[in-house]
Amino acid sequence: MNLDAERLRIDFPLLQRTVHGKPLIYLDNAATTQKPVQVLDAIRDYYLSSNANVHRSIHTLGEEATARYEAARDRVARFIDAPREGIVFTRGTTEAINLVAQSWGRCFLREGDEILLTEMEHHSNLIPWQLLAKERGVRLVFLPVHQGSLDLDRLTECVTRKTRLIAVTALSNALGTLVPLHRFREAARSVGALLLVDAAQAVSHMPVHLAEIDCDFLAFSGHKMLGPTGIGVLVARPDLLERMPPFLGGGEMIREVWLESATWNAIPWKFEAGTPPVAGAIGLAAAIDYLDRIGLKAIQAHGMALAQAAASGLSEIPGVTLYGPRKGEPRGPIVSFTCDGIHPHDLAASLDEEGIAIRAGHHCAQPLMRRLGIAGTARASFALYNRPTEVKTFVKGVARAVDLIRSYRHA
Amino acid sequence: MIAYGGQILEHYRHPRNAGSLPDPDISYEDINPLCGDRIRIMLKLAAGETVDAARFRADGCIISQAASSLLTEMVTGRRLDEIETLAPEALLQALQWELRPARIKCALLPYEILQTGIKEYRREHR
Repeated sequence: MNLDAERLRIDFPLLQRTVHGKPLIYLDNAATTQKPVQVLDAIRDYYLSSNANVHRSIHTLGEEATARYEAARDRVARFIDAPREGIVFTRGTTEAINLVAQSWGRCFLREGDEILLTEMEHHSNLIPWQLLAKERGVRLVFLPVHQGSLDLDRLTECVTRKTRLIAVTALSNALGTLVPLHRFREAARSVGALLLVDAAQAVSHMPVHLAEIDCDFLAFSGHKMLGPTGIGVLVARPDLLERMPPFLGGGEMIREVWLESATWNAIPWKFEAGTPPVAGAIGLAAAIDYLDRIGLKAIQAHGMALAQAAASGLSEIPGVTLYGPRKGEPRGPIVSFTCDGIHPHDLAASLDEEGIAIRAGHHCAQPLMRRLGIAGTARASFALYNRPTEVKTFVKGVARAVDLIRSYRHA
Repeated sequence: MIAYGGQILEHYRHPRNAGSLPDPDISYEDINPLCGDRIRIMLKLAAGETVDAARFRADGCIISQAASSLLTEMVTGRRLDEIETLAPEALLQALQWELRPARIKCALLPYEILQTGIKEYRREHR
């Protein structure tokens, strides 16, 4: 059950490098994770041995490429515990959510319909709905954030008979807050609305099973879960995909084409116009193999322990304010904080000199930062290969950077 | 740990021209969408062409604050057309400190805001 971070670091050669002469401590995993050799090998092997276009070539390479691409779909389906025809490969979470907004939203929503979001959504689960709202006269309703947590007491009043969709993150990328999805499912079901879950952060941190979450749409990205960039997944209820019009048009998504019209391919291919990211899908399948071999439960326990240790250490530094889950509460592998009088950028730049990579800024959640009354935070986010010693070095680094930057002002 | 040299710490510790102007001819604010830094630059012009006074308000990092201070100092007393031809490198050089690529954006935020403010002013007074 326990995870040996030290041992599995061999699989991540990049982690051996130095930055400014110091061993790299990579704590920006919520932005993107590093990739194990198993993923790189799978991609390399595909290009070296089976590369061809999928679904159209009758030759052996074409068949092999198609088989590997579709096997990757099966792997994702097994991982999420969803039917394979509900697995649509996209470029990432952003494209997956845009697909739902542009296809389902434009087809099925009317003026006056409501979409419930929360104030802690990533821009990728906000802007697609803003675009739709402007075009279709749909109203966006927001569940407020109170002291860094979702104000769940207000959930019932935010859901009305006009609510057609609730779109919510499973784990806040900006704060590390774990969202109780069952509450949103109940709220959605009570008015016959659909539920979309942004699982971009959750999927590499904890077991994510469609049957358990029981949502209608679920989106995630390969690159935040040890996989390559340029591949993501929309998991959708097959009966919804059947009724939804295509998102992008082109090759692959058609059945029969005339000059003036066309019929569509079966799902999920109806939503995969053009040559898909074959190598990306194969890399993603290898990443899933890797995560499953370690075990998502063990990864979750590991990430939470690191985040709690970091939060605890940071809270002892004078002037540090932590955002999101309170001390000891269950949380994602993310710690977001500010230091009085110190700009997060200056802190991040200072830590970079020590080889420590953290994120500073608004984390693609500007409305949330505004709600918290800050321009941005510093954010450390952990993955399965991070070690407790790195957390200690990071906390010490923050304490030293804080002293140093404060001394600049007063020297 | 990080070290800042050149003019950066000097201007960060002793910012010139921080604050507001009561009745500025040019007042422009913008953010760096990457980090949320927010800077406003205000200019009072003499004879509609020369910068009589410059002020800045910056909610930003050490570098963007120092660069704002230095820039307002650089443009005070200069004609608008001179400022419009001022290259961004001139500000970077005046900081006398080599910045990493990610932080050059911090230093040039006040520069971009100043130039956009002047452009807007030109558009309104054509």
